[in-house]
Amino acid sequence: MITCRTSGWGNYPVVTCERSTARSRESLIRYAQNSGHILPQGNCRSYGDACISSSIVSTLALDRLLSFDPDTGLLRAEAGLTLEKIIRFAIPQGWFLPVTPGTKHPTIGGCVAADIHGKNHHLDGSLSQFIDALEIVLVDGSVVCCSRTQEPKLFWATLGGMGLTGFVYAITLRLRKISSAFLQTRSIKTQNLAETCQVLIDTQNDYTYSVAWLDCLSRHWGRGLVALGNHTTPDDIPEDPFPLHSTARFNLPMPLPRALVSRPVTSLFNHFYYRKQWHRQVDDKTHYDRFFYPLDFVNNWNRVYGNRGFLQYQLAVPFTEAERIITHFVTVLRKNGNGSTLAVLKTFGKKYGGPLSFPLQGFTLALDIPFGDGKVIAVLQNLTSSLLEAGGRVYLAKDAVVLKEHFRKMYPRVEEFQQIKELYDPECRLRSIQSDRLGLT
Amino acid sequence: MKRALILGARSPIAEAIAKKLAVSGWNLVLGARQIEEMKPVASDLELTCRVDVNLIEFDALQFEDLPTLPNRIRDKAGDFQLVVLVFGYMGNQVEVRTDADEMRKTLETNFVAAALTLGSLANYLETQSKSCKCGIIAITSVAGDRGRQSNYIYGAAKGGLNVYLQGLRNRLYPVGIHVLTVKPGFVDTPMTEGLEGLFLVASPERVANDILRAYNRRKDVIYTPWFWRWILTIIRLIPERFFKKLSL
Repeated sequence: MITCRTSGWGNYPVVTCERSTARSRESLIRYAQNSGHILPQGNCRSYGDACISSSIVSTLALDRLLSFDPDTGLLRAEAGLTLEKIIRFAIPQGWFLPVTPGTKHPTIGGCVAADIHGKNHHLDGSLSQFIDALEIVLVDGSVVCCSRTQEPKLFWATLGGMGLTGFVYAITLRLRKISSAFLQTRSIKTQNLAETCQVLIDTQNDYTYSVAWLDCLSRHWGRGLVALGNHTTPDDIPEDPFPLHSTARFNLPMPLPRALVSRPVTSLFNHFYYRKQWHRQVDDKTHYDRFFYPLDFVNNWNRVYGNRGFLQYQLAVPFTEAERIITHFVTVLRKNGNGSTLAVLKTFGKKYGGPLSFPLQGFTLALDIPFGDGKVIAVLQNLTSSLLEAGGRVYLAKDAVVLKEHFRKMYPRVEEFQQIKELYDPECRLRSIQSDRLGLT
Repeated sequence: MKRALILGARSPIAEAIAKKLAVSGWNLVLGARQIEEMKPVASDLELTCRVDVNLIEFDALQFEDLPTLPNRIRDKAGDFQLVVLVFGYMGNQVEVRTDADEMRKTLETNFVAAALTLGSLANYLETQSKSCKCGIIAITSVAGDRGRQSNYIYGAAKGGLNVYLQGLRNRLYPVGIHVLTVKPGFVDTPMTEGLEGLFLVASPERVANDILRAYNRRKDVIYTPWFWRWILTIIRLIPERFFKKLSL
């Protein structure tokens, strides 16, 4: 056990914790049986306070592949295996992650805990759709295998359960067959928010992957670049079909000065990023690394936001209210301080996950907001109440600010989750800073 | 096909070494007390590196089994050319002063068992060395360089092993078997978990990296990470007259 400082990817908040490392299922069982509060932790890629607690069991050493069927793409792995390692293993054999977030560094266990979604949610749903089984070590040390048919309550509560139901030891995941490591992509430049939304809606059925980058800082805010992609078809295979990604070329060794994310600098960046595409529409063949993980070329890019860190706030809101809510958020944030340096918009489809799963049909907007002097927390909490009225909700894996009373209204199935948690963790030993803040534990 | 034997494979250092060896194409035999716990490691190496991994049950304190160890491995997996000895034991260093069983376990695991194991494996490697290149990597400790009140029993056993390895290296040199002594400082493993006053703690991956690089360069003794060589040089140079007054 070592004592260290820990935080999510946003570097806010930071707490001191006692961290032990589980190296096998047996040691996971031993740690689970210890007394006191505890929380499993992966690679700390959730942004807020979901992955931190005063007492932590790191799963990073549980990074082994347990089995793989090259015919069906069924992969069984320990929870601490990062997506990067799965990709490294799967790509050369013609398989890819069925759902992937915007970075390849989270652990698969963390992805299960947050029931992550990807750019293909509108067609395929979240990760939970592709998980066949979970092997969970409960707090009493017993090991339970659960799936859609076996202990389904525990299975669904764990998908999106933020690690509060037990220690996931192994995950069975169905991979996606691909014909090459490349995607047929199209980038569309839009003039305003209405057009961006329209393009996203219109392209839903034609493209597996879609996402829009928004410029929220310029006078013409709401304009952006919509990135669309499909895996290449079998009749369009390049000579070397499965080149892997290279490791990150750059590393930020320490936090940068905060002036770098001040309004003038980020406005300028957004301006040039928007202008880099001259034509309205550009078609290309793009490697998966550039399409899905553009920020992974710099290690520790979160240090751009300086030592105070940043908040990420991701909301989901039904189609009907989307434009109003997005406009409201962007204008209020622009009025109060720095605004949002980075904004990403995409559509969510119909498929739902567990009781605490985030996606709901409509639009989802993710905003990066420099922490600054912290006043932005109150602003976001105010904005959250208007989001609630519109029937929206906030993504727990990115949240560090939502209030208890707001949370209960956003996630109507909270009580169902709590009943299941009570069943498998009656002493409520699994808790995070976030679950305490939200009144989940 | 080249094959390496790793004893004490459950330790994180052993696992990191196994991974590195597998990446460079070595087949592996992993020896540990509980092979059930080792199955995930074996399946991972087989899947990601496409090498052959065998698990054998190995308890260093079962002295009577040690002479037949090479044959057991050969029957199960085939010939092997590299031996990596990682196992060791460090209990509570205050308890060990008064608890005779604990002291015995420390001395037996770290010296007697290691010496017996290497003895029987060295004889086997000698017969192998005529046809191919063989080697031994053994992990001792910086604690073996000078006796200090905080862990002299562990240190004595490891120091004994250091001397043993010097002799073994000397003996095996003519037949071309290389012997590498590894002296790690603090490494982030269950052995050091919860110890007070840890500093400059290295990751098992870094240590494994250093070890295999040193082995490939035919080094005889390495400290890992490198700075421990200089720390230990200073500690060794302090005259005993002063040293006995220190609380190291």
